[in-house]
Amino acid sequence: MYRYDEFDERFVRERVAQFRGQVERRLDGSLSEDEFKPLRLKNGLYLQLHAYMLRIAVPYGTLNSAQLRQLAHIAETYDKGYGHFTTRQNLQFNWPKLKDVPDILGLLADVEMHCIQTSGNCIRNVTSDQFAGVARDEVEDPRPTAELIRQWSSLHPEFVWLPRKFKIAVTGAEHDRAAIKVHDIGLKLKRNEQGAVGYEVIVGGGLGRTPMIGKLVREFLPKDELLAYLEAVMRVYNSEGRRDNKFKARVKILVHETGEEEFRARVEEEYAKLDGPTINAPDEEVERIAAYFAPPAYDTLPEASQVLDQARAIDPELDRFVEQNAFEHKQPGYIALTISLKEIGAVPGDMSADQMRAFADVAERYSFDEFRVTHAQNLVLPHVKKDDLPAVHAALKAAGLASANAGLITDIIACPGLDYCALATAKSIPIAQAIAKTFADRERQKTIGELPIKISGCINACGHHHVGAIGILGLEKGGRENYQITVGGDATEHAALGERLGPGIDAEDVPAAIEAIVETYLAEKTGEESFIETVRRTGAEPFKAGFTAFVESRAVNSEAAE
Amino acid sequence: MTLIREEGAVKDRFTRADTLDAALEIDGPALVPLTIAADFAKARPGAEFGISVPGSTPIEDVRPHLGGATLVAVEFPAFADGRGFSLAKKIVREGFAGTLRASGPLIADEFADALACGFTEVELPETMANRQPVQQWLAARATMSEHYQTGYGRGPSILQKRLAARKGA
Ligand code: SF4
Repeated sequence: MYRYDEFDERFVRERVAQFRGQVERRLDGSLSEDEFKPLRLKNGLYLQLHAYMLRIAVPYGTLNSAQLRQLAHIAETYDKGYGHFTTRQNLQFNWPKLKDVPDILGLLADVEMHCIQTSGNCIRNVTSDQFAGVARDEVEDPRPTAELIRQWSSLHPEFVWLPRKFKIAVTGAEHDRAAIKVHDIGLKLKRNEQGAVGYEVIVGGGLGRTPMIGKLVREFLPKDELLAYLEAVMRVYNSEGRRDNKFKARVKILVHETGEEEFRARVEEEYAKLDGPTINAPDEEVERIAAYFAPPAYDTLPEASQVLDQARAIDPELDRFVEQNAFEHKQPGYIALTISLKEIGAVPGDMSADQMRAFADVAERYSFDEFRVTHAQNLVLPHVKKDDLPAVHAALKAAGLASANAGLITDIIACPGLDYCALATAKSIPIAQAIAKTFADRERQKTIGELPIKISGCINACGHHHVGAIGILGLEKGGRENYQITVGGDATEHAALGERLGPGIDAEDVPAAIEAIVETYLAEKTGEESFIETVRRTGAEPFKAGFTAFVESRAVNSEAAE
Repeated sequence: MTLIREEGAVKDRFTRADTLDAALEIDGPALVPLTIAADFAKARPGAEFGISVPGSTPIEDVRPHLGGATLVAVEFPAFADGRGFSLAKKIVREGFAGTLRASGPLIADEFADALACGFTEVELPETMANRQPVQQWLAARATMSEHYQTGYGRGPSILQKRLAARKGA
């Protein structure tokens, strides 16, 4: 993975000192509260319901053991002993004190980490495929691109006061695990007919209160032109994006209101005026960064592992774990392993300091000292030898990290919701917990198969409910929490927004409603179809019918009880 | 109003006027809105003047005046409105070699960015200057000694420095 050089190191240290100064200037009154607010946000510091929240950047979701141990130390020293992984591959601490924040930033800098631009109206932490460098369907590893963008977007002089936040995602694979079509800019590494590598550029996707699928703005951008092209897109957006209405300020609205073609024309016009070679990264720099992501020193192994096969044959738990959580590795004899932070009844994405340390040990010993954070609020050990899997499983199990539910109905994405978030209109985490408990039975989960549920506690959609195969949106109606259910959302290369099934329902009805939806799926499915494949084929209609029947049965029940 | 440059506070040579009549009364260089710039130039041929443009102005509207004006003041309606930074880049790209001024309630933390985008100076309302005196601006500008972005600021970017170091090695 990437390591800081002297420039990166100095940059992050100076940024810590800069923030320390900004806090001091707020305290002595030089900065008003209104002026300080965007400055602290650009450094990841939010004011939440009960306390400050600090969001730490995990660039493109890659971390090493020393970094995780430091996070464990921070969790214990300055927080309540745990951290929370988010849908943006970041880590949040929910209880730091303002006065401690500069010290926390210093500790982060010690392990090459920061909070730069994890919030605010600027280019946010860039995200990527959690299986980067591992997946077999990869044209090129997306992480060097993501790192280049991280550097380029850090304290960009022109683009730190954008109309609204701006999120960039990069994938290098055929199967899109980075959700590039629902980002402000999505980049996909591809090869053109001549075999040259470049990017497909998608602009204007996004979730939030006006969800939109991004538009293809450039079919093929030669790889070495990336930064100049990004500058052109950003300049058009910074100049022309709406600033009169916060809810219409994202680039998706600009693309929508300007029209796809006109927007493309404006970007190309701006791009034509730029002197690319003076902006783009030199080849040597691109190569320098890429070298950090060279494959680790794999052993030469056969594809199959006898050790693993034998262990699986006698240990059903291990067997299930491998079946559900393993991801094919391009290197024979290795797999990538998803570690679900969705133990039944737990808070999705939470990890205790003890778990962090235990997991750091596993990553260090068995995965070349590296792991990933996924946008599904899980972790990935990217390079585990199949021979080592029994030992890895045992170590994870001891730390409570061996839930065999990756991708299943209990592997739920949930935003913080009313438990933490000042904007929330409804609970999110307790809903996830209730659903997980309802479907706790392993056989039942297995029968249902892959089914990503995503829950947001308000229309800002941090839980990405629009792109959940089942999406749940918590609202407030007449003083009560009310939940809207959608099906058919998809964040992959088949990107689609979920369709609403009917009227909103009460919190206590949500688990049963999900059961009704699952019943419809099991009745409709043909062959080996997954939930989302069935919805794609049948449309939402059968699900609406099943849902309506459920809602009516609930109404009858409640009348009978009177 | 306080005018701040990299070297500290400086005196403003320009006088603002909102109407043509007011502008014609002024001794010395006048700073006029874009809308009356053409009339002023006609009425006072050869006189030095500056134009004042909102950050939202398209470059096409500014371009015709860049030959005549020696100062362009880009107006920031609020410190968090970044349009002026992009307009500055476009004005510089047009080859404008005069003084480029950022005008409005900017905060000291934006000084380095303003300079990096091509501004020469910042014109602050007095209320802001009282809260954030010149020393704070100079200190804030110096907090970050490096930048990653090539094409911004005067010194080479980190990317260029790395390249130079490698070539030298
Ligand atoms: S979706 Fe709403 S409630 Fe959930 S984290 Fe985002 S803003 Fe908060």
